[in-house]
Amino acid sequence: MLKKLIQGVKATMGIYEAREDGIYGLLAEFPNPGVLIAAARKVHTSGYRHFDTHSPFPIHGMDRAMGLGQSRIGYITILGSATGLGLATWLQWWTSAVDYPLNISGKPFFAIEPSIPIMFELTVLFSALFAVGGMLALNGLPRPYNPLFYSREFTRASDDGFFLHVAASDSNFDLSATEALLKEAGAKAVEVIHDHGYSELHTT
Amino acid sequence: MSASTDKTVTLPAEPPLVTGNLGFHDITQLVSYHTEKRPPSVWYMAIAVSSTLLCVLMLMIAYLVWNGIGVWGNNNPVGWGWPIVNFVFWVGIGHAGTLISAILFLFRQQWRTAINRSAEAMTLFAVICALLFPTIHVGRVWVIYWTLPLPNQMEMWPQFKSPLLWDVFAVSVYFMVSLIFWYIGLVPDLATLRDRARNAFRRRILGFFSLGWTGANRHWRNYEKTYLLLAALATPLVLSVHSVVSFDFAVSIIPGWHTTIFPPYFVAGAIFSGFAMVMTLLILARKIYGIQNIITMDHLEKMAIIILLTGTMVGFAYITEFFIAWYSQVEYEQYAFLNRATGPYAWAYWTMMSCNLLFPQFFWIKRLRRSIPFLFLTSIIVNIGMWFERFVITVTSLHRDFLPSSWDYFNPTIVDILTFAGSFGLFMTLFLIFLRYLPMVAIAEVKMVLPQSDPHYYDKHEAEHEAN
Repeated sequence: MLKKLIQGVKATMGIYEAREDGIYGLLAEFPNPGVLIAAARKVHTSGYRHFDTHSPFPIHGMDRAMGLGQSRIGYITILGSATGLGLATWLQWWTSAVDYPLNISGKPFFAIEPSIPIMFELTVLFSALFAVGGMLALNGLPRPYNPLFYSREFTRASDDGFFLHVAASDSNFDLSATEALLKEAGAKAVEVIHDHGYSELHTT
Repeated sequence: MSASTDKTVTLPAEPPLVTGNLGFHDITQLVSYHTEKRPPSVWYMAIAVSSTLLCVLMLMIAYLVWNGIGVWGNNNPVGWGWPIVNFVFWVGIGHAGTLISAILFLFRQQWRTAINRSAEAMTLFAVICALLFPTIHVGRVWVIYWTLPLPNQMEMWPQFKSPLLWDVFAVSVYFMVSLIFWYIGLVPDLATLRDRARNAFRRRILGFFSLGWTGANRHWRNYEKTYLLLAALATPLVLSVHSVVSFDFAVSIIPGWHTTIFPPYFVAGAIFSGFAMVMTLLILARKIYGIQNIITMDHLEKMAIIILLTGTMVGFAYITEFFIAWYSQVEYEQYAFLNRATGPYAWAYWTMMSCNLLFPQFFWIKRLRRSIPFLFLTSIIVNIGMWFERFVITVTSLHRDFLPSSWDYFNPTIVDILTFAGSFGLFMTLFLIFLRYLPMVAIAEVKMVLPQSDPHYYDKHEAEHEAN
């Protein structure tokens, strides 16, 4: 039960389980962003859920094609804003009005007005830290090991290659049927990725 | 042949952001290449000069810490002198980067993609130089941690009602947020370098810093949202930093400082000087590294227009200060401004006026906006003018205080001059190291502004093919 839940959470980060025979998934290369987006739409409507596209830059419209909703980073960030604001208010009030009150030219020990700059700065700082921390957490990064790195072709995903990866953990996954689907969607080449450090390239 | 190497580009209505019909791979190659080969010989000459200056800076700091700040020209009544002038100068320069990456991002100014990486790097290095000056100016550097709210043996806390403490928070938060923003932008490009790396050691180092980035769409989705949020957070932050710096002056009761125009006027000046510094550096870098197709003449022209705009805003603020001094009918305020323009520092005042208000007005002429030598000259003149602005504000207001018996003329010492020169060494050394080891242009972002990155680009292409 718990194991299933953890696997589900990891799948949202793009971290999938390999099959018992060591097959991690299929990696298909597409010629351009236009074909890739159509392929993603096709794979999604065919019922696949454990798949992802890899491209050197974000492709507009891909979230919708893959059936992904809005990113939840905003909620995490506002949590950071509240933390920063609360911390700044408490810090200034507690240090100057409670722990060690000092009379500075008869000014109140604590007032909102002179506290605003620090409140603003800490709100921004904590929002930024939560946004980045939240992004890394939701993406499951840093992830030094990824079976996709065994593919030699995959190094071009950060240059000029457009890839679609269907994970073997998907309930619809079938080595030959999925490969046929990807080729039908316009894949230039399909690779079988193994979790043991090698991949087999099937060019069309 | 894959479409990514397809070099046909349909001509859009606006001039293209990237010239020379470059494809995705060309951009990767053009930018990454410079981090992988031996740098050009100009780079070695530049780093020799800048690291020598850095050594001078180190010596001057050691001398200062050993002897105390009496080695500087600071004295009564000018207690702030050059260190604060230099601090405001550097922190001002450090505004352009985050402005370009955050504000222009929110305004969907796509031309920013070519210059944002190097401008952000420049920002970080300028802020490092800026943080150095108040740190050494406190005299007892070893207790600088008293400015932070850390529990200590005296059970004392920092004074949160002081603008100087706000400044500590404002500048250090700005540094941290800019660093995060810059690093997050770098991750996909570090992955590009990792995937190109031939040697295992290099691949390991880059693999560590690129966090295992694979360009997955599930990741891009959260990444882009985070980038947007960081831009939205950094936008008020950029405007706040120099506002808080101006509070150091404006919250005091010194004539010439105690004015409400300071925050907007400081922010405009900061953007003005920052863009000038970006221009100085990029004119050299694009030439030396041959990336004129990515950082095009149009980019430089757009920066020239921003310099013209902000320079005129700053000039307007100078004139407004005079008007308000007269209009307020406050004798001390009026004297402070008359003394600026006609007193012993009139030379500095008119240097500032001509460099900041008058000189950028040449940019009304399109031919001059597109002339590289003229742009380079102006970018230098603007930064000279902006240094003098801070000098005028700091020194002319302090040298005539309320007690005429303490009036004096401020002179810098050789240590002042060498420390300031040395700070350029620190700045340039860091910038040269950046050019050598990191992609100086945001590769992934430049690819996004190519017409081929739009999935619909291929629909049109297919339709054309079928029609033929």
